Amino acid sequence: MPANRFNGHTDYGIGIGLRSPHYHHILTRKPVVDWFEIISENFMIDGGRPLRILDQILEQYKVVQHGVSMYFGSAERPNREHLRRLKTLAQRTKTPWLSDHLCWGSVDGRYTHDLLPMPYTFEAARITAQKIREVRDFIEIPVAVENVSSYAEFHVSEMTEWEFLNEVAERADCGILLDVNNIYVSSQNHSFDPFTYVNSVPAERVAQIHIAGHSKYRKYILDTHDHPVIDPVWKLYARAIERVGHTATLLEWDDSIPSFDEVHDEALKANRFLASASLATAV
Amino acid sequence: MKLLSLQRRMARAVMTPLTRSERMRTVAPDCRLMRTVANQIIKPNDRLTSFERLEIYNRQYWFRVLSAFAEDFPGVRAVLGGRRFDAMAQAYLVDCPSQSFTLRNLGSRLVSWLQNHPAWAGKRQNLAVDMARLEWADIEAFDGKREPSLKPEDLASVNPAKLRLRLQPYVSLLALRYPVDDLLLEVRKDSDDLDVASNTFSERHKRKRVSAVAKLKPSPIFLGVHRLDEDVYFRRLDREEFAILSALHAGKSLNAAIESALRHSPIALADRAAHVEKWFHTWSALGWFCRLEKSPKTEKAAARK
Repeated sequence: MPANRFNGHTDYGIGIGLRSPHYHHILTRKPVVDWFEIISENFMIDGGRPLRILDQILEQYKVVQHGVSMYFGSAERPNREHLRRLKTLAQRTKTPWLSDHLCWGSVDGRYTHDLLPMPYTFEAARITAQKIREVRDFIEIPVAVENVSSYAEFHVSEMTEWEFLNEVAERADCGILLDVNNIYVSSQNHSFDPFTYVNSVPAERVAQIHIAGHSKYRKYILDTHDHPVIDPVWKLYARAIERVGHTATLLEWDDSIPSFDEVHDEALKANRFLASASLATAV
Repeated sequence: MKLLSLQRRMARAVMTPLTRSERMRTVAPDCRLMRTVANQIIKPNDRLTSFERLEIYNRQYWFRVLSAFAEDFPGVRAVLGGRRFDAMAQAYLVDCPSQSFTLRNLGSRLVSWLQNHPAWAGKRQNLAVDMARLEWADIEAFDGKREPSLKPEDLASVNPAKLRLRLQPYVSLLALRYPVDDLLLEVRKDSDDLDVASNTFSERHKRKRVSAVAKLKPSPIFLGVHRLDEDVYFRRLDREEFAILSALHAGKSLNAAIESALRHSPIALADRAAHVEKWFHTWSALGWFCRLEKSPKTEKAAARK
């Protein structure tokens, strides 16, 4: 199950996000890391230092692309320039799969640069799935959609978030990037049981898992990726691994970024859960 | 409500500017109550009203785009001052919201917008426009395309009267009214120092920067903004250098570009050839010219051979 058609039949282990404060450390010390996740948009450029660094990283490490602005859930058609650049980058990185979010963020050609929540309707599921198929057919690489953290719910919704995720994934026949921190954040903001969510996801479609930290405010939780992973999120991760098996896992740390070693050590905590999954598979 | 309709309503609300105290406005630009807009699309919960939930996204949007914009234009910020820059940035982003999947292009329309909205910079309009041009050229130079560079052997059998040289896409040529290159370098040095500075130190530097802007007098300069070993540089150019490069960039042949650039030059006739040779040597060493495109005729000839 872990190496499946949604992650290019790979078994990547534990990765971390490639972030600029760590470039020097990575290129000079060459630490042992299973893989790096890059934000695609940061490298969908024509030249310059970012691409030179990426090429140096690619000489040593496996890289997977993660996007933040494809906006599968936006009602408008995919941006052709975006698709063309994404495909060019995918040919450079040889990413076995690529992911972006189950959200929207642009309308009428204007971009909010945010991951806005979907209304969970059948119309939205149909439009979103169609767009995922279009992107996958153009890029010719498996696509995984990531559940986002949200702070609002819509009156028009006709199903729960996990039902919507399943509906989209089935219609698009795509993979899922299961972000257990996002599930936790949304469960606190919308008062649902996060384990119900994790237990409802089709395990065979999970291509990758995200873990991260967040910030707690008085009335809501914000997905800030600026703290270590908290215990309740590790518990969700443990349950997810129990269901889906040994799966490519990535720690996101995007703000107040500590040293490379601190980020990597935090990510490697996932090993204790992955090890027990491997043991269960062996038995 | 259909998906497109919901997304249009929410995007309009999210992209509505915040109040001075960085809260969501109570009245939308179309005079509708924001509370009504929020209630129509978003559910409240036991802790937050619909208005408060929508406000989270409204604030996130503005915090994100304003900080990305300020990061790209520290020089314009130094010219206008922090408070005026923040107000200008908001007005610009209302008129010119992002039309790109990347925040990198957020400031792509700033120069023309500033030219059409002189009130924001007042007496410093020309200075602000010059600085915006330089900062945008810096962004273009940072990650612009690099094509294969011209090599001496490419020129072996080419007639100079017909030779048309192309500049690398990442090179920008700027004719500026103020020496904003020095000012921008000073602003950047200040902000590097501030990363490790105390508040007192920061105040002193702020005063120094304000004084540097105030003292800056008009003094025309010509710049080539380019990239070398992936670092961006601002290279001062002689007037004639700039004229030749601009003419080449506009598609003139090599001979025509040199002739028009030197027609009214004060450089003595006897010295011109040496100057031109020196300039071309420098531009070539910097890799500013792209490799010549083979014309279909040349390719056919090569195929016959």
